[in-house]
Amino acid sequence: MRLVRRLPELLAPAVLVLGTALLGLEVSSYLQAYFLDTLVKVAIVVALYLFIGNSGVLSFGHISFVALGAWTAGVLTVPESQKKIVMPGLAHFLVTTNVGNLASLALAAGVGAVAALVVGLPLMRLSGLAAGIATFGVLEIVNNVLTYDQSIGPGENAFSAVPSTTGIWQAAVAALICVAVAFAYQHSRFGRMLRATREDPAAATAAGISIYRQRLLAFTLSGALAGFAGGIYVHLQPLQAGGLYLDLTFITLAMLVVGGSGSLLGAVVGALALNGLFSFFSAATNTVNVLGWNLTVPSGTAEIVLGVLMALVLVLRPSGLTGGRELSLPRRRRAVARSAAEPVA
Amino acid sequence: MILGFLNLTWPTFANGLALGGVYALMAVGIGLVFGVLRIVNFAYGQLIMAGAYALAYGAQWNLPNWLAILFCFGVVLALSVLMDQLVFRRLRAHSPAVMLVATFAVAFLLQNIALLAFGPLGKSAGSLALLNAPWDLGGVEIKKIAVIAVATAVGCLVLLQLLLTLTPLGLQMRAAAIDFRTARLLGVRANRVIAGAVVISGLFAAVSAVMLSVTEITVTSTFGTQDTIYVLAGVVLGGLNRPIPATLGGFAIGFASGILGGVLPSNQSQYLPSFLFAAVIVVLLVRPNGLFTRAAGAVERV
Repeated sequence: MRLVRRLPELLAPAVLVLGTALLGLEVSSYLQAYFLDTLVKVAIVVALYLFIGNSGVLSFGHISFVALGAWTAGVLTVPESQKKIVMPGLAHFLVTTNVGNLASLALAAGVGAVAALVVGLPLMRLSGLAAGIATFGVLEIVNNVLTYDQSIGPGENAFSAVPSTTGIWQAAVAALICVAVAFAYQHSRFGRMLRATREDPAAATAAGISIYRQRLLAFTLSGALAGFAGGIYVHLQPLQAGGLYLDLTFITLAMLVVGGSGSLLGAVVGALALNGLFSFFSAATNTVNVLGWNLTVPSGTAEIVLGVLMALVLVLRPSGLTGGRELSLPRRRRAVARSAAEPVA
Repeated sequence: MILGFLNLTWPTFANGLALGGVYALMAVGIGLVFGVLRIVNFAYGQLIMAGAYALAYGAQWNLPNWLAILFCFGVVLALSVLMDQLVFRRLRAHSPAVMLVATFAVAFLLQNIALLAFGPLGKSAGSLALLNAPWDLGGVEIKKIAVIAVATAVGCLVLLQLLLTLTPLGLQMRAAAIDFRTARLLGVRANRVIAGAVVISGLFAAVSAVMLSVTEITVTSTFGTQDTIYVLAGVVLGGLNRPIPATLGGFAIGFASGILGGVLPSNQSQYLPSFLFAAVIVVLLVRPNGLFTRAAGAVERV
């Protein structure tokens, strides 16, 4: 009975993801690229949500786990004959090691988890602004190393010749896996303990919860999802280190906050809504037909619309579009916690 | 030439001091607004970008230098006040995370407006470039801009300190930074204090824009962004709550960045951001409340 009541929380985001995938099957292959991109963004934002939403601590470092996952999956799947051309400085053992699509995704998730664990061990002791700046530092360091170290990847160049195995189904299944993991986590005892520390750290500590351990667990798990999403991403399009940096950090964080960082539904809605809008205006630079009207906008409009929209939502509705609430059956609505607090920077 | 073993020369040292000075000004600009509004302004770099574009247009229109600099100050101040009126004031009741993401949004927005309006290629703000020429100071050749930047930074900071300690507005700003609600209860006008902080912060951004545009002549939409990230790290490193630690933190990271950039060979200096941020992380782990602050008081409960 409890599970039945909880099901809408899982079904609502899952149906949204599946709906996006099905819609993506119906459109031309030119437009499908936008749907694929949106599904990858859903996976990344859900990975962010798992840590930020449940712990209430802001992290700027997650895109570095996405980048590490992308590098892992990319380096291990570029065909051996191409490796010397794409990545002339690659370390020897990486040249000779090749794995398949699924194995590369699993390894990407593994690398994301290990990186998050290593980073989290010292960093999860911090809180507030110090934690924010420290995770920012992680982003800077990873980006700096990936950009210049040519023995582990293509350096500044784009990651070309990675087999593009991320089709609409692989992207949809990946997003669903992320949603399912996040759902399972937030209803596990660990997820509940972490949410307790978010609502009231002092009371949670008094009840015997170790804030440090719970945050570390969530950070590692969300690092795994972020790495996995990175693997999916690199199998979709040739990525560059510069593309997995500030802008992506900002856009994905914005998706989470605009959707409502307190709920899984918020993460998915935010990613779908903002990326949908972004895609629409990007496509409109080459003229789109809206209900018989031909609309053409100068390039760069998408970013500006996104920025304005984001500032508006943050000023007018700071708890996000969903208000940080999950979808629940009407009978339960009364009991749903209304206090879904915002993350503390 | 002391410290010769480090490959450190006087010009490198002077450049480090100059960058430290400019970063210290930016740190104060960010710290003042944080003091009264509790907002970490990520969009500070975009104020500097706007100022640099103003200088570039000044150069393009062949304005005399004083007029171009005045134009730069006008643009930055106007944008600073606008940012405060349209976004920051409305965010005051919100949580720190929302505020930080909102300033992110403003930064992203301004950057893309600049990209759309001024194009991706960048503009040249070359009218002050002759300040890059060296002065001969007792046998050591030091860039004029380094001397000017250090002098300006010291001058600005002294003026600010006088303002904060000797005028009623300064006293009110310090009171507001310590406890905004109590200060208001005691009759400090919130709007006046906020306006004061925003204007001074804007002035410092304009000064920083002038200084930075001398060495970095090409102005693009990302002008000042990387500097702001460094300064933010420096400010948190020093201790955001108090102006002097924040200034020292900003100076420290600018100085370190300037010195290391000059001393390290190029195949290592490309990893400079990694070194700096690794150092920042280590310091934060040891002293999470900042390097130059005393032990933290009780945790804020409300």
